[in-house]
Amino acid sequence: MDSQDLLLKVEGLHKRFGEQSVLAGASLVVPRGSLVAVLGRSGAGKSVFLKCLADVIEPDSGEIWFDGRRLVRGDAAARQHFRSRCSFLFQSNALFDSLTALENVALPLEQTMDLAAKEVRERSLEALKQLELEAFWDRYPGQMSGGMQKRLALARAIVTRPELVLFDEPTAGLDPVRRNAVFTMIAKYQRQFGFTALIVTHDVPEALTAADRVALLDTGRMVFQGSPGEFIASEEAMVIQFRDSEKELSKMLASIRRGETIQTGDT
Amino acid sequence: MVRAVGRYTLEIVQSLGDVAMFVGRSFRLAVGSRKLGRRVVRAMFEQGARCLPVILIVGLFTGLVLGLQGYYVLNRFGSESLLGTLVSLSIVRELGPVLAALMLVGQAGSALAAELGIQRNTEQIAALETMGVSSHAYLVAPRLIAALMVFPMQTALFCCVGLWGGSLSGSLLLGLEPGIYWSAVERAVELVDVRECLTKAVTFGFLTMTLCAYHGFNAHRCRSGTGARGVSASTTRAVVQSSIIVLAADYVITSFLI
Repeated sequence: MDSQDLLLKVEGLHKRFGEQSVLAGASLVVPRGSLVAVLGRSGAGKSVFLKCLADVIEPDSGEIWFDGRRLVRGDAAARQHFRSRCSFLFQSNALFDSLTALENVALPLEQTMDLAAKEVRERSLEALKQLELEAFWDRYPGQMSGGMQKRLALARAIVTRPELVLFDEPTAGLDPVRRNAVFTMIAKYQRQFGFTALIVTHDVPEALTAADRVALLDTGRMVFQGSPGEFIASEEAMVIQFRDSEKELSKMLASIRRGETIQTGDT
Repeated sequence: MVRAVGRYTLEIVQSLGDVAMFVGRSFRLAVGSRKLGRRVVRAMFEQGARCLPVILIVGLFTGLVLGLQGYYVLNRFGSESLLGTLVSLSIVRELGPVLAALMLVGQAGSALAAELGIQRNTEQIAALETMGVSSHAYLVAPRLIAALMVFPMQTALFCCVGLWGGSLSGSLLLGLEPGIYWSAVERAVELVDVRECLTKAVTFGFLTMTLCAYHGFNAHRCRSGTGARGVSASTTRAVVQSSIIVLAADYVITSFLI
């Protein structure tokens, strides 16, 4: 793959918490404009991996390249450049509960960009409108449903028009119908706004349906990277073991074996 | 035993260093921070206007009690005319700054520690950092700057209401001539007393709000527990340490200024 096509490149990321090694040389490439899903079991270190990328947790070692520029510890300018072009969607949404929906969305614009108050308001309302939340601009997050909160968090993430959006377990705690709806929403907006998306999740069927590329994190390392089709066809022991442990995936594989087709992110 | 003392001492030194770094970083990152003035005003409202009732009530009752007690003590020596002197110097030099600070710690300080602790637990602070917004500049610095202005104002108000309370009990209830009370106040309180009062107020405001913000901000590092228990423990620690530091700093400042 041409390095120009890569938006994010991670090499040999290590992170320990005391005696416990969570990341042991995790590497990943994220092509520009793609939707990449990082799969793994609960506790595999997916969230830690993502938080290391987002600079919420400092990795012990490893290299992160964003848009051809290496993010070095202590290089404040490079990190600020990365942060200004990257958004992070937390598993818990991390909305500011004392601010209204409009104020939540406006906050990154107010604090990181030199925009007039009028423009901040217009862009915030536009983001709310795009996510069908314009009628709820004066509501507090606590007055919204879980799905609306998720959309509000996404509105706040995309309002700065980032190139990369990191999603941390966006479907955690949701039932299968809602899980599917969230992935569909992410795929829809990813195409609509043209950002690159990196999602960590353990919802295999939904990820395989929505993503362009899939990676599998196990024992702190990426043991697989490829397309959803390659993931399904892979004969690697770790992948087979993970696949077989997923009941729903097994059902899906069975349906493929019966001759039904699986829709991928390319379609 | 020696090892335990050594470990404890090292922990204290490390904590002091942590707090100093926390304050330094907050003020350093606040320089040039966007919309800082608006957030300072908001913090002033939270610490000032919302704490106004408690300041007025405690100030009034402090003055009333001082007036009563002072009158009966001075009456034994036939010196009731000095009631204004007793009440004003007690309130302006000691009780005003100390009690106002303790009240503000109880209301604004505990609220600050709990709010920051919850924001830490719900990843709101991490969310700010991922947006490229400094949580120190956005959440902490405005509260510390506001405290430097609110504490002296609240203390001044406490003193005024306290003096009026002393006048109420001395003049209205016990029959002392109001003119005697207020002229004694005027003679007793000098500029140096007001300066001591305000110096204490600024110092208490800075120290207590720093401690409350520090404990709330670092609620996730609390050893007593995580989640709600961590926030609760951090808030308790913030209030207890702030109360102690008010009294300790009061002694130090008084010993230097007296």
